[in-house]
Amino acid sequence: MKTLDQIFVLTQHWLTGLAPAALQPLVSMLLIIAALMAVFGTCFALTTILERKTLGRMQNRYGPNRVGPFGLLQPAADGIKMLTKEDIVPEAADKALHFLAPLALTAPVWLAFAVLPFGRNMSAIELDAGILFFFAIGSASELAVFMAGWSSQNKYSLLGAMRAIAQMISYEVPLVLASVPVLMAAGSLSLPEIVRAQSGYALGWIPRWNVLTPWGAAGFGVFLVAAAAESNRCPFDLPEGESELIAGFLTEYSGFKYALFFLGEYLGLFAVTGLGVTLFLGGWHAPATWLEWLPSWGWFGAKFSALIFLFIWMRATLPRLRLDQLLNFAWKFLVPLALIDLVAAAAWLKSGGWQFAWALETRWLLCATLLAPAYVCLGRHWRGGTPKPRRYHYAQ
Amino acid sequence: MLGLGILKGFMETGRNFCGSYYDPERLTTVQYPEERLEPQANARTIPFLIYDGSDPIGGLRCTACTICEQECPAHCIEIVKDTAKKPDYLGKMQLHPKVFDIDTAVCMECGICAEVCPFDSIKMDQVFERAGSHRRLTLHKDDLSKSNEYYNKIHPAEAAAVDAARAEEQKKAQARKAAAAVPATP
Repeated sequence: MKTLDQIFVLTQHWLTGLAPAALQPLVSMLLIIAALMAVFGTCFALTTILERKTLGRMQNRYGPNRVGPFGLLQPAADGIKMLTKEDIVPEAADKALHFLAPLALTAPVWLAFAVLPFGRNMSAIELDAGILFFFAIGSASELAVFMAGWSSQNKYSLLGAMRAIAQMISYEVPLVLASVPVLMAAGSLSLPEIVRAQSGYALGWIPRWNVLTPWGAAGFGVFLVAAAAESNRCPFDLPEGESELIAGFLTEYSGFKYALFFLGEYLGLFAVTGLGVTLFLGGWHAPATWLEWLPSWGWFGAKFSALIFLFIWMRATLPRLRLDQLLNFAWKFLVPLALIDLVAAAAWLKSGGWQFAWALETRWLLCATLLAPAYVCLGRHWRGGTPKPRRYHYAQ
Repeated sequence: MLGLGILKGFMETGRNFCGSYYDPERLTTVQYPEERLEPQANARTIPFLIYDGSDPIGGLRCTACTICEQECPAHCIEIVKDTAKKPDYLGKMQLHPKVFDIDTAVCMECGICAEVCPFDSIKMDQVFERAGSHRRLTLHKDDLSKSNEYYNKIHPAEAAAVDAARAEEQKKAQARKAAAAVPATP
């Protein structure tokens, strides 16, 4: 079992050992990069087809089922189509920026995978400030999106890009604020360290995952919503809202550049999902002692897939928000809630030393009294009170 | 409270997701080349010409009266009359079309030709898989000619009414003939 758990690490060490000593650091790096690109590239292809099939099922349809067994070769067909399509560049476009934008979106996203721990001893680099690095890399996508919108010389592209900037910057705040309590609890910015802090079991059977604490549950909710917005997923896909903006900043892109944008967006989703698993769901830890025989990377994959499914489910369920609703939701609901969650986390961590009877229950109650009224009040007032019944002046 | 409606929505899509696997009734998709819907009696595509008997050209009901040609809003029908006359089902001598062409690129499938035809000769077809590897969009007499049995198959009620009316007329015509013949042989 130990071997299975460490199989990728051992394989990497073995392959590195085959290279001459001078090249070993380089080979080691290249192996990790190749593995990450292969795994998440496949993951991207699989997610596109499974997402379409799941969305179909949620709308009582079959979804794509024509190419290959159960339609599983659909991504290959899509890829060939994208590659062979004409690459149209508008005459008025800023050619250099127009060409660079998809690359600028996709390239930094790969970097974010470098710090995620995918299993025991399985993070590409154990950076001390891993989460800081992750958020810094994550903000690069805003620049790429704006490059795409600006260089296209198209009003829809520009409007889409402006929306994307407003949305991504607004939602970066709750995303980071929701992660801060985790850093407080772990006392470290390093992602492997955060996973280590969530090991073990409370009362002997409840895993010490952050999501199973009151502040963690609230933080996880805020984090999920902000992550969906950060990766331009439904219901926060305003930057490319077809009904009002053709395709937003993607309007003037075709062929493989368009595919690259999609790749970038999905990889961004994977990265932020991986971060969510690491921060709140205990990373690669098993949920119970008797399940620990399963390899750690398997547990990471299971939690990761579950979260991706949740995002697909969200896309199938919720309609797109209006821009003012989107920004109000971020600034009037998510940010205050994340701040209150910080206070709740501080209270939880400060009261960690309580020894009297019912100490755990009292701590839960303390956090709940901080969080629940805040949730109810903010939820009621973020749109400026309960909406009045709508009056149709001309219809009456 | 905020979120209850969202949860309700999640329940609904979740029910659809699970339900569509064990209850095939939920899936409304018809997987077209393998599965087909029953054609509707009032569905219509391009027009076709009806023939009686077994000869697709000789048995055509069309008398080349050109009413459909004149009424067609898109002017997609072209008729050239034949000079020879042939007896129709009532025994009257009638003209026949030498050329009967429909330009399907222009035809908008409105069905006016079928409505104005006094001989129940032109009717609306239900074929919709008309794509081919050729570029021939003008259909000629022999492409358009289809049997009365086919008409009965695609529009059963309408065709039965037409057949009954025609049989009635035929009977009346025979009765008139017989009545005209009786005084001659007292």
